[in-house]
Amino acid sequence: MTVDWTHFTPYAAVSGGVLIGLAAAIFVLFNGRIAGISGIIGGLFRPGTGNLAWQAAFVAGLLLAPWLLHSVAPLPAARIEAGTGTLIVAGLLVGIGTRYGSGCTSGHGVCGLSRLSPRSLVATAGFMLAGFITVFIVRHLFA
Amino acid sequence: MNVLFSLLAGLVFGLGLLISGMTDPAKVLGFLDLAGLWDPSLALVMVGAIAVGLVAFTVVKKRTLSLLGLPVHLPTARQIDRRLIAGGLTFGVGWGLAGICPGPAVVLVGSGDARGLIFVGAMLAGMGIFELLERRKA
Repeated sequence: MTVDWTHFTPYAAVSGGVLIGLAAAIFVLFNGRIAGISGIIGGLFRPGTGNLAWQAAFVAGLLLAPWLLHSVAPLPAARIEAGTGTLIVAGLLVGIGTRYGSGCTSGHGVCGLSRLSPRSLVATAGFMLAGFITVFIVRHLFA
Repeated sequence: MNVLFSLLAGLVFGLGLLISGMTDPAKVLGFLDLAGLWDPSLALVMVGAIAVGLVAFTVVKKRTLSLLGLPVHLPTARQIDRRLIAGGLTFGVGWGLAGICPGPAVVLVGSGDARGLIFVGAMLAGMGIFELLERRKA
């Protein structure tokens, strides 16, 4: 393993992480809900539960974040290397997988690990492992 | 009121994703590429987020009502089953292919990124497929 020290951004990573944790804290302390983004978006497919307003508001907050940041600082780069076909396949897998597995990086990775849930630990280990293996196959076996 | 706090939580969450580097797919893939030049930054995103989350969830676990007086909804499922594992693995493959997970995907759309929109369109389609399969089963 070779560490990429030139792209390592420890301060931005920790401070961004603290903000993510703070958002999850605000959400569970005030709204009593888990800030799990795939669950919130997936909930939009199930109207009639009385949850639509706060679910839409959370998504609106995510959508408005770049606009808010852009008003005080330049937006960080978003380098998307995947082609259109890969993006579509990846999006489908992320959509189906997060709903079957009841969560993603936020719900299982941040909130689940924060509340010491064994289920979330298993899910997080699963998607991290699959992510590591996928990148290894794409970058090193087929490169 | 809960809608307002929901909006606030989404905003802060999105800012955190942007500042941490999670909305840059190349950086995410740099973290997932253990065999290449490995960028450990995203491990620190988790450390920062969980450090704060641990405190909040420790407080919440002792409560039945939120600070707004709403019922606290914590997941009740305990079983570690095939759905959880297969779902997690499937998500991980998609994450490893594009370097994008659901939160950053939505933020990319908010940035006006057309490629982010393609990903989110496919992700919503995937979630729709899940809903159809679940309803057929019921």
